[in-house]
Amino acid sequence: MTIEGKVWRFGDDINTDEIIPARYLNITEPSKLAEHLMEDADAQFPSKVAPGDIIVAGKNFGCGSSREHAPVAIKSAGISCVIAASFARIFFRNAFNMGLLIFESPEASANVKEGDTIEIDPDKGLIKNLSSGEEFKVASIPPFMKQLVEDGGLVAHIKRGQTQA
Amino acid sequence: MGMTITEKILASHAGLDQVRPGQLIEANVDIALANDITLPLALKPFKEAGGTQVFDREKVVVVMDHFNPAQNIDSAMMHLKSREFAEEMQLVNFFDVGSMGIEHALLPELGIVRPGDLVIGADSHTCTYGALSAFSTGVGSTDFAAAMLTGKSWFKVPESMRIRLSGTFGRWVGGKDLILRIIGNIGVDGALYKAMEFSGEGVSSLSMADRFTVANMAIEAGAKNGIFPFDVSTKLYADEHGTRPYSIYQADDDAQYLSELDVSLDALEPLVAMPFSPENVRPASEIKNMKIDQVVIGSCTNGRIEDLRIAASILKGRKAAKHLRLIVIPATQNIMLQAIREGIVEIFIEAGGAVSTPTCGPCLGGHMGILARGERALSTTNRNFVGRMGHPESEVILGSPAVAAATAVTGIVTDPRNL
Repeated sequence: MTIEGKVWRFGDDINTDEIIPARYLNITEPSKLAEHLMEDADAQFPSKVAPGDIIVAGKNFGCGSSREHAPVAIKSAGISCVIAASFARIFFRNAFNMGLLIFESPEASANVKEGDTIEIDPDKGLIKNLSSGEEFKVASIPPFMKQLVEDGGLVAHIKRGQTQA
Repeated sequence: MGMTITEKILASHAGLDQVRPGQLIEANVDIALANDITLPLALKPFKEAGGTQVFDREKVVVVMDHFNPAQNIDSAMMHLKSREFAEEMQLVNFFDVGSMGIEHALLPELGIVRPGDLVIGADSHTCTYGALSAFSTGVGSTDFAAAMLTGKSWFKVPESMRIRLSGTFGRWVGGKDLILRIIGNIGVDGALYKAMEFSGEGVSSLSMADRFTVANMAIEAGAKNGIFPFDVSTKLYADEHGTRPYSIYQADDDAQYLSELDVSLDALEPLVAMPFSPENVRPASEIKNMKIDQVVIGSCTNGRIEDLRIAASILKGRKAAKHLRLIVIPATQNIMLQAIREGIVEIFIEAGGAVSTPTCGPCLGGHMGILARGERALSTTNRNFVGRMGHPESEVILGSPAVAAATAVTGIVTDPRNL
């Protein structure tokens, strides 16, 4: 399986208040949350982003508040995956738990530009920049997290465990 | 091989003799916590996983503190769902208006969290309970839902960094200045995925209130948890707050630490974190003629009675600057009551301040003090991100209760030693 999409660039230490401001935390409907994705960083972003697009950011993506509204808004906006130099730990956990694909790649983070089209091959651990021809390595997904993704998130993983037990 | 405090707590809750950094474990949780904005997102995964009852009616704790008393109709509707769920699950520890306080001040006060506990909370500042020598960490709503159902959660055992404290705080310097200094030194991802363990002879001079403030902001350096050793202050606090038996875990002499950081408390001065990052730390005395529109004293970081006493000692007999809005939010009902009895509320009101019922409110730009475009607040809260307290073009500067009170008087960022 490969994932291909157009890149939106963000910088270092993007916090979850920026991803979805607290004033929208009384919304639980994913599509409504998506309407406000990243709007304080770029008010037009929710209307510009298209299904299949990819976010590429710097270090410590998703720091701050534990709000799961953040990965929910990203996924619901149709973003296929997020690539960052590193992820804040609660966001990292949340993304796997609710089935948003994320990849750590300091190389891709340093070199991919906004508007580039990239292709990710998780099995080979490679990101190909189709716009520039460059290739970057991706950190492999820890086996336990891979199991979570394969099961379809934490809820499905737990249900599976219960049936087995 | 020796273990750190964090490793010992994780091992014991996973039924293991030994754990190592990097190891994946499944552990029993003593407390699973959520609030009025994170519980609603947990309801769907809980039901989808087949949840009809929670694993323990006492150990699943819900505190309706963020947008409560309801700040608008959407929040009121959301609160309704949480109340119905609490009723359906017959939660013993459900706290709403009247009993509600800011969760991370309330749970220790009521003795719901005890030393040696393993706590997860769908709130990033759950790391606060490390002050009690408990392992506690923030998670998302799905993790909370899973724990609510199974009483368990999975963890990767973190590497520990040791922060050795020496000396004692000088006048008008406290826990907030200490944690800001650390975040300023190591950065907002300086402790990413790691446990921050505090040690050294300086620990004994820190009050429990200071320790709560320090552990609270471990997350602002990216840490999984911040943890203090159990000592006589912890024992006194635990004896006074709560009755549930607890366990004491101390680090072994040969425990392994990834890194060490030495901080001399004597060398600290009143600090502020400038917009828009908690790592943007400067001495308060260096910030000249920076006009402030609003001062907020409160939050899970600095809304305890000790914080209010410090602020009141500066504001007594003084007035807040005319152009400035002073908002004081005692973190729990008990703190409010104590502040009334001590005459502290009177001091704030006579100084021109507004004193509010407990709520997280302005800290996350929820309500009770939203900033307009171009406005700037000095706040005792924990985050100064873009738009955190309101308009995307507003600013927040973080500081201690002493810096906040001194700033309220002058209307510009002020080192309390220069008042």
